Amino acid sequence: MNLPSIAIIGGGPAGLCAALALAGRGHRSLLIDRQHVLGGQLIKQTHRFFGSRDERAGRRGIDIGRDLAAELAAGDLVTVWLNSTAIGYYQDDNSLVIEQAGGRLAVIQPAYLILATGAAERAFAFAGNDLPGVYGAGAVQTLMNVYGIRPGERAVMIGAGNIGLIVAYQLLQAGVEVAAVLEAGSSVGGYWVHAAKLARAGVPIMTSHTITAALGDQSVQAVHAARLDGDWQPIRGTGFELECDLVCLAVGLSPLVELAILAGCRTAYVPELGGYVPWHDHESRTSLAHVYVAGDAAGIEEASSAMIEGTLAGLAVANAIAPWPGYADEREAAQRRLAALRDGPTAAKTRAGLAALAATATPASGGERG
Amino acid sequence: MRITEHPILEFSPGREVEFLFEGRPLRGREGEPIAAALHAAGVRVLRTSVGGRPRGLFCAIGNCSSCYMIVDGTPNVRTCVEPLRPGMVVRIQHGLGESQ
Repeated sequence: MNLPSIAIIGGGPAGLCAALALAGRGHRSLLIDRQHVLGGQLIKQTHRFFGSRDERAGRRGIDIGRDLAAELAAGDLVTVWLNSTAIGYYQDDNSLVIEQAGGRLAVIQPAYLILATGAAERAFAFAGNDLPGVYGAGAVQTLMNVYGIRPGERAVMIGAGNIGLIVAYQLLQAGVEVAAVLEAGSSVGGYWVHAAKLARAGVPIMTSHTITAALGDQSVQAVHAARLDGDWQPIRGTGFELECDLVCLAVGLSPLVELAILAGCRTAYVPELGGYVPWHDHESRTSLAHVYVAGDAAGIEEASSAMIEGTLAGLAVANAIAPWPGYADEREAAQRRLAALRDGPTAAKTRAGLAALAATATPASGGERG
Repeated sequence: MRITEHPILEFSPGREVEFLFEGRPLRGREGEPIAAALHAAGVRVLRTSVGGRPRGLFCAIGNCSSCYMIVDGTPNVRTCVEPLRPGMVVRIQHGLGESQ
């Protein structure tokens, strides 16, 4: 088969929107995802999205994922490879190695590559954090919302950012008791509307508190928690135990940048964006002329911003291949929507991170290859 | 451990199939990840790490290595993403695992 010359790695909100933007300009693309279904993390987001109508606010993530996949299936310009994991990149000849079902390897040489690989959940250091029953928040969502399995009977949530708050509420919806939400910071990081839903359900959100140990022999039976001082150190004498069989970690995400590094993209360490991120310009282009990045892989934000970033990357690649007069206008319109999403106080960290990334020097010849 | 009532979601039951876990017959839904089927059956310890400590499901999307098990003789199978098929022989993996 004659494969498209544009490969998109990751079929989440960013990758789907990149493929749709390319198709909108008449370009074929190959969309590669390691799961058996498109949508990325949207397939487990049962809450309604905020933001503007352009980003489908008011719809649940699960429905947005289905909508985008259906739009894509309605056309014939996108080739989809599911159950396919991009595991390697050889800079010698720009070849990308994809592992498919049964261990079969496919090697392709796309002229353009859009990295929409998303993120990995962070772990967190405490005694017993390797015990069965300690999960990432995404795993809990996957078990409950994708496979219909109750991850435990009584949970302690670590982290009161949006993910922690939303997943704690989803635990209640799945019939799991939530003993407490522990937040090391002195205030709730997520939206108040999510925190209020938990408060109404009687779930204590304990700020300036953290887990100090997960207790149990073969799996979690309780956690030990304590109050933190201004330097985030446990205060002596404030320790207490909470009985639970489920510890859910919602302590942040890190961009998945392995492929970008293998490809030779220059990266920068920007804590506000979640760790190492590929340097990229206002057109989503990395330090390599043919490699673009979008979504959480370009810096941790939200699904809504990932969708716009995917659109931007798709438009930019389309313009690189076949420029058209309306490109600048379309790009600026999308960038305005992105700026609006990044406008509020909760996005201050993102704004600081993007400014820090932009302040790192433009790529030197070291990261560039012809 | 399966959710039967949910305010937003409906779960289609899927075909029930039998598989072997540590020589013991268990039932799960065809096509769901092996680790999900085990979880629904109340099994939480999937492997032990090199130091012998028990490990279970952690990321559920194939990122980490906490759910490696020996499946049909093959070690290091990511059971959080490997679909369950009837008759599979699933075993706890100790340490790095060996082919059988």
